Amino acid sequence: MSTPYARLPGWADYGLIPLINLLVAFVVAGFVVLLVGENPFRAAVILVEGAFGRGQGIAYTLYYATTFIFTGLSVAVAVHCGLFNIGTEGQAYMGGLGVAIVCLSFDRMLPWWLTFPLAVFASAAIGALWALIPAYLQARRGSHIVITTIMFNFIAASIMVYLLVGPLKPLASQAPQTRLFLEGGRLPKLNWVIELFGGKVRSAPFNVSFLLALAMAFGMWVLVWRTRFGYEMRTYGFSPKAARYAGISETRVIVLIMMVSGAFAGMMALNPTMGDQHNVAIDFVSGAGFVGIAVALMGRSHPVGIVLAAILFGMLYQGGAELAFEMPAISRDMIVIIQGLVILFAGALEHMFRPAIEALFASFSPRAVGLAASGKDG
Amino acid sequence: MAQAAIELVGISKSFGAVRANRGIDLEVARGTIHGIVGENGAGKSTLMSILYGFYQADSGEIRVGGRPASIRTPNDAIAAGIGMVHQHFMLVDNFTVLENVILGAESDAMLKKSIARARSELERLEREYGLEVDPDAIVEELPVGLQQRVEILKALYRGAEILILDEPTGVLTPAEADHLFRILRQLKEQGKTVVLITHKLREIMAITDTVSVMRQGAMVATRETKNTTVEELAELMVGRRVLLRVEKGEASPGAAKLAVDNLTVRDSRGVTMVDRVSFEVRAGEIVGIAGIAGNGQSELIEAICGIRRAVSGTVLLDGRPIDLTGAADPGELRERGLAHVPEDRHHVGLVLAFEENENSILGYHDRERYAKGMFLDIDAIRDDAREKIEKYDIRPADCRLKTANFSGGNQQKIVLAREIEQNPGVLIVGQPTRGVDVGAIEFIHKRLIAMRDAGKAVLLVSVELNEIRSLSDRILVMFEGRIVGERGPDATEGELGLLMAGVERRETAA
Repeated sequence: MSTPYARLPGWADYGLIPLINLLVAFVVAGFVVLLVGENPFRAAVILVEGAFGRGQGIAYTLYYATTFIFTGLSVAVAVHCGLFNIGTEGQAYMGGLGVAIVCLSFDRMLPWWLTFPLAVFASAAIGALWALIPAYLQARRGSHIVITTIMFNFIAASIMVYLLVGPLKPLASQAPQTRLFLEGGRLPKLNWVIELFGGKVRSAPFNVSFLLALAMAFGMWVLVWRTRFGYEMRTYGFSPKAARYAGISETRVIVLIMMVSGAFAGMMALNPTMGDQHNVAIDFVSGAGFVGIAVALMGRSHPVGIVLAAILFGMLYQGGAELAFEMPAISRDMIVIIQGLVILFAGALEHMFRPAIEALFASFSPRAVGLAASGKDG
Repeated sequence: MAQAAIELVGISKSFGAVRANRGIDLEVARGTIHGIVGENGAGKSTLMSILYGFYQADSGEIRVGGRPASIRTPNDAIAAGIGMVHQHFMLVDNFTVLENVILGAESDAMLKKSIARARSELERLEREYGLEVDPDAIVEELPVGLQQRVEILKALYRGAEILILDEPTGVLTPAEADHLFRILRQLKEQGKTVVLITHKLREIMAITDTVSVMRQGAMVATRETKNTTVEELAELMVGRRVLLRVEKGEASPGAAKLAVDNLTVRDSRGVTMVDRVSFEVRAGEIVGIAGIAGNGQSELIEAICGIRRAVSGTVLLDGRPIDLTGAADPGELRERGLAHVPEDRHHVGLVLAFEENENSILGYHDRERYAKGMFLDIDAIRDDAREKIEKYDIRPADCRLKTANFSGGNQQKIVLAREIEQNPGVLIVGQPTRGVDVGAIEFIHKRLIAMRDAGKAVLLVSVELNEIRSLSDRILVMFEGRIVGERGPDATEGELGLLMAGVERRETAA
């Protein structure tokens, strides 16, 4: 027989449950803070104020969020196809190569608004190509995408190290990075938007790639829920057998969606390079690809959720940095622990409180949770 | 009357807002066979799961042998002398029969003593109940009927006085089912109590002493079997009068629409599943393929529909061959007018996580009417889905609802509506009423006959002999990958049963 289960209204499903999970994560994190002898309430205040209190903090939060939107979208879009792309990290790193090629070639002659589209294309293309190989191996040779993408992260890292200590490095330099991009390779800041609302920003790397990230989030929604290809890929994601029955090509779906995923990842490279450091340096991704997994998980693989989750993680990064600065007992590693707790409760233990909340809703208003749906007819 | 073996008093159980069992009272007399019938989702399985300790009742009392029993886990149930044979066997396939029987009942850290004890105990059970099975056989090598016997042995070995069987004949041949019934009668004579859950009313009539009917989580009636009829039970189950056999006129077959010639299909291990099969289906007729599950029917229809590679042979659709190399595009076959209602609607025919309207275009999502360039035409898709919901009386009538939230019968209607409304020339239907309740079966059967009368060729594969007999104009019987006989719709169940079991007989009737 079918398992009867209750449905929650949308606001509880997408609002209340994540909120409860988040609160629990912060409560547990509070105990950790208590353990090292600091006041958890003051820590929370510093964290939130550091992230949202002043214009400067907001700008940094959104800068980090930009990165996480790209990597979150990258992971999420593959999840809809039933694929777990752990290679976002490496695809983003390789995307940096695209940025480097375009900026080093054109920053002397073209204005930013011409280099930017070229760099978007190049980073997306190289990210997509980097995802293509594992995708092909999965689709045609059956090698598991989780394994191959992890291995490709290492290969990407090695290639980038080779390039950054060799061909891409200016001759006289000792640092493993490209030369600084000129004006044509630097993205305009968006800090003025925050100042428009009365915030004060001294200097922060919040830049136009944030807008690109939002556009890509919308693009992902269209792709997944409004195109025929999105329909095919969701069919395959939920049930490969049904896809076969419906005449959907497995190879095509896997290869294309992994390339889209790689392209999202590759575009992440724009934000820290053209937007902030104005060069491509070693290890500039620094784990953002893996944070993308958490963002996708927490955002339920939906673009709106991903943007919100990315801002939350941006807040943890920015606020966490402030916290480490204000409270010496709380080190950088403690911040990682707090982030880990958020991932644990919001992502991995997503279903922990669900049954209790469903039961609660059911006892209040049985009709609201879909009794009519699983009722008596035929 | 004999003392009650089990008494259930006021059992209620809810899952969230769904009340699966509502104040159920049931009394099963010792030494009888008690049937429980009801549609899917009527709460039979929930009730038995409560009795066996899988679920806890929200309220109510269980009494075993007159004493209140607290059954919180299956172990409690076993201790109270209750054994259960599940619909899907709980056996370790690569263990021997003996190993399976002692699993969970080992008495020592080392197995030697337990095995020796089990061996002598099994011999005794064999003698007493006619439950012959080789204790050293590997379970996966045994036919299904014998695997079921192992399940029964497991329960008896644990000292069960009360045996619950959940849909025990679903996977059995008629002969195996008869043997099972003989065993059950023997158990009854030895004073054991049997509770039989099924939706096959004829079995109830054949073997039970008492029968209880459930509907929508409530126990609506209990009857002495000898004082009731199949018609009365069906009416009690559904809550209204049901036609058990659809009316249909004479077939007037036309030209061959689908011609299968010498088709051979192997499975992934290289075992021949379909062996040189030839037949044709003409316009305006229903050809039924009868057979016990696993005799190549699934592979046959998958090969015809281009989902599975065939080794050799040809299939002609309207005189033109179908690509059997496994590279066929099912989408192209749909274009050519071949529609397919797959046997497994949960994993193949539907995507349960999709909204209803999304499933109503599965396989046809490339059609122009559902698309605007590379985009889906959401409005057109939903309008189309609403139309089908109306026409096929799919309930609840909500095309935005997740497909998983529809009942089995309504899910099947979603698939049928999708395939039939594309107006195909050939319709291939696998197990159209598996897990579908009586009311919807009637509707589905009428639809299939309407297809036939509209001049379509219908190929029906079903393990339900009744369904095959009442719908088909010609019946082909498959056994071990081959078609072992063709009969008319008036063939008796016994005759078909023998063919299905692979008993060779002289061809007398064609």
